[in-house]
Amino acid sequence: MNPLNELSFRDVSVRFGGRRRGVTAVDRVDLTVPAGTVVGLVGESGSGKSTLARAAVGLAPLAGGAVLLDGRPLPRTPGRDEGRRVQMVFQDPYSSLDPRMTVGASIAEAAPRGDSATARRAEVSRLLDLVELTPERAGQYPAQLSGGQRQRVALARALAARPDVIIADEITSALDVSIQGTVLNLVRDLQRRLSLSMLFISHNLAVVRYVSDLLAVMYLGRIVECGPVDDVLGDPQHPYTRQLLASAPQPGGIPAALTGAEAALDTAEPADPHHPPAGCRFHPRCPVGPLVLEGRDACRDTEPDGAGRRHEAACHYAVRSSAPTAPHNTRSTP
Amino acid sequence: MPDRLRTPLGLSAAALLTLVLATVLLAPVLWGDRADAVDTANILRGPSSAHWAGTDGLGRDIFFRVLVASRLSVLLALLSTGLGVLTGLLLGAAPLLVGARLGKLVTAAVNIAVAFPGLLLALSFAVVFGVGATGAVLAIGFAIAPAFARLTRTLVASIAERDYIAAARIAGVGRFRILVRHVLPNIGEPLVVNATVAAGGSLLAFAGLSYLGLGVQAPSYDWGRLLGEGLASLYVHPLATLAPGAAVVLAGLAFNLTGEAIVRGIGQTTPLFAAARRRPEPRPAAPIPSAEDVVLAVEGLRVSFPAAGGRHVTPVRGLSFTVRRGEAVGVVGESGSGKTLTALAIAQLIEAPGQVHAERLEFAGQDLRQGPTRAQRRVLGTSLAMVFQDPMTSFNPIQRIGRQLAEVAEQHQGMSRRRAWERAVDRLRAVRLPAPERRAHQFPHEFSGGMRQRAMIGMGLMGTPVLIVADEPTTALDVTVQRQVLALLEDIRATTAAALMLISHDITVVGQVCRRVLVMYAGRVVEDVATADLATKARHPYTRALLAAVPHLRTDRDLPLTVIPGRPADPADAPAGCAFAPRCPYADDLCRREDPPLEEDLAGGRVACWHADLTAAPPAEPARAGEPVE
Repeated sequence: MNPLNELSFRDVSVRFGGRRRGVTAVDRVDLTVPAGTVVGLVGESGSGKSTLARAAVGLAPLAGGAVLLDGRPLPRTPGRDEGRRVQMVFQDPYSSLDPRMTVGASIAEAAPRGDSATARRAEVSRLLDLVELTPERAGQYPAQLSGGQRQRVALARALAARPDVIIADEITSALDVSIQGTVLNLVRDLQRRLSLSMLFISHNLAVVRYVSDLLAVMYLGRIVECGPVDDVLGDPQHPYTRQLLASAPQPGGIPAALTGAEAALDTAEPADPHHPPAGCRFHPRCPVGPLVLEGRDACRDTEPDGAGRRHEAACHYAVRSSAPTAPHNTRSTP
Repeated sequence: MPDRLRTPLGLSAAALLTLVLATVLLAPVLWGDRADAVDTANILRGPSSAHWAGTDGLGRDIFFRVLVASRLSVLLALLSTGLGVLTGLLLGAAPLLVGARLGKLVTAAVNIAVAFPGLLLALSFAVVFGVGATGAVLAIGFAIAPAFARLTRTLVASIAERDYIAAARIAGVGRFRILVRHVLPNIGEPLVVNATVAAGGSLLAFAGLSYLGLGVQAPSYDWGRLLGEGLASLYVHPLATLAPGAAVVLAGLAFNLTGEAIVRGIGQTTPLFAAARRRPEPRPAAPIPSAEDVVLAVEGLRVSFPAAGGRHVTPVRGLSFTVRRGEAVGVVGESGSGKTLTALAIAQLIEAPGQVHAERLEFAGQDLRQGPTRAQRRVLGTSLAMVFQDPMTSFNPIQRIGRQLAEVAEQHQGMSRRRAWERAVDRLRAVRLPAPERRAHQFPHEFSGGMRQRAMIGMGLMGTPVLIVADEPTTALDVTVQRQVLALLEDIRATTAAALMLISHDITVVGQVCRRVLVMYAGRVVEDVATADLATKARHPYTRALLAAVPHLRTDRDLPLTVIPGRPADPADAPAGCAFAPRCPYADDLCRREDPPLEEDLAGGRVACWHADLTAAPPAEPARAGEPVE
């Protein structure tokens, strides 16, 4: 198997703050973005999905584990050497472009150094064309562009570094719905044409489903379920995935009423990342957990492991997978 | 000079600065000899026509000496300022340049240095560097540096976390390059302003050091030295002291006023307008009778703001709709469609210079067009509940949640403090906040986003609302919490018979709760349709495009998403015809010429489109995304 352009997180932890009052934003995460595929990452705010993205490009310090590209660890200084092969597109196109720099200068800055000025100009034109903007845009400032156009420029800047992996962190959530579609189409098209590997992060399940091949669900710093997107959404194993799926607004006006078990847990709030619950982190909110069903005490004191379960669902009551673990998440033995 | 600096302050600052700089450049050339001419016949003379400010101990003309001294005084002040600013910049940017750990040490050292008074620091530096002009420049320069370093540090920290800095780092741009290309241009303005003001300060400090004999040494002279020399004969011959003193004041003022003028020029990014007065509305001939169960009746609502060049921008242009008792109405639109302004206009929250006009604006039987009277304010306070997008900014961060809720009841219902608190706890229970007694004592930051939104809804329930206006109440929340809040709103509507107006950019969210949806585009309602008919019977091309553009869990992943070409309408640039025409596949000349009226159709819905009947069939050529159209 050719591991070219494969990004993988091995046992990655990210901690912020001191020993006593710190937060483990990402806790022992294993995730692989296979070459040329899009892995969607969903989870609520505070689940650590953006921190995981920032760890991939060296913007967040690792407290443990490693981020590997083609099996080799990436340098921990952003933008150094091999690190340039992983680029990121940010959520807010209004803050991700320097307001005092022209579009062309922003893109050219990210291009590999050593080219002549003419070569750079040609490269900027090529990249603008790639994201469906006219070359004349190079002389404009971000303030002269709409949100969708800015996000295209941000995409062009990421591509300027000739990356093999793109991390897209909520890239459409700051855009109007009528613009979101054009950016999603563009991202999908570019990913296929340039055969990029991509980690696509969003809180919107429908958006992630549209773009991704594989889907990983994150809850309180841990990946709780991961598998091919249709499998996970068609047959969700973790109760949190099921809850996310049920919460996603459906077209056609299905009333937002809560089911019995959910109503009982209606007021349960997202757990505090400063004090993650013991045992299964989801158990205080779980509709099939110890607060609802009797005899499920294991959830309170043993942290579930996804190994050997369908979609690697980290739940004590998830179905065991009959087939061997899907190849996309095989752990290479050291 | 840009327009923003063309103020009395800016003009006098510029005039003064020009005068000072001209003197600096020209005085030594023109009058250098006269200032140094020794005239032993006229020693320590008072002012005369030959010597305007008298003469000094060697009979030299003091007036010319003051003029000539300007070069050295201003030059040294600028030198020391430059030194201080540069040192401050380097120290302040240290965390960016040398990494967080070493940067922390530098910052700590700077913080300690800031605690010492500048002049004291300068005095002790002067001793260290030795007496003389060089020593004084170093002393004052290093005395300015800590304050400047602190300012730089704060400004750098405010933008170091911006995504464009992160993007540059990921792209492999070096630290020094990031500082020069990304950081400095974006924090330059406040730094320039402060440097100008600091120049005035160092001028004064330099005069002080020279006066004390720690600065410029004879035979050179600056204003401080002239001051010192003149002081001996102050009582006999006051002008010898006053002239250099006046020069220091004038030059210092020139620098400070320039700094001040720049500050004002920068701060004033939006030109101010004379507050537009609320024009008296023409009274309708007869009040329009309203049906019993109509809670809110709006006809021809317009909201406008003055814009540059004396024009008016009208983001809400003639809106008409009614909300009946217990009804759930959704309002959907993109940014700039005027949906939030509509909510604010209903709640009478549009402040001058914004203007609200309406042919009819009735809430719970009260005409709100004349601006709320005392009685109406009371009705609004108890019968209208508002829920905003960001509950963190709608609560006072330093007041307990319970107190903030209780205040509503005290103000509008005249409850006692104790009873109001009990009601607050009861209402928090009604919105299913866990442990309401304990929670009521907590501050907003101790609540999660979902809990704050519940508390906000609870605040609306302190009275007996007949209408709940919720503006993007779930946009800042996670999907699982969003569902809980929507379920709560629906539950309250069902149990209290209050009407609900749910404003959102997300047509699927609105579809969850509302029976009827108003689709807004460019400040107008373009369609008013039952939720159940959205998928099949929506007739406006925009509504249909919006439905198709939002991916859902059954979207075909093999096809590209349907997109709406072009960019959302700009309220500042409303076209003559239909605002959607530039993006509409059906648009023809009629659409571009005339705005279609909102007309009722047979099914009971309303639509504003000349081609509403055509939309059932797909347009000849599907719209394609791309640069030319966006």
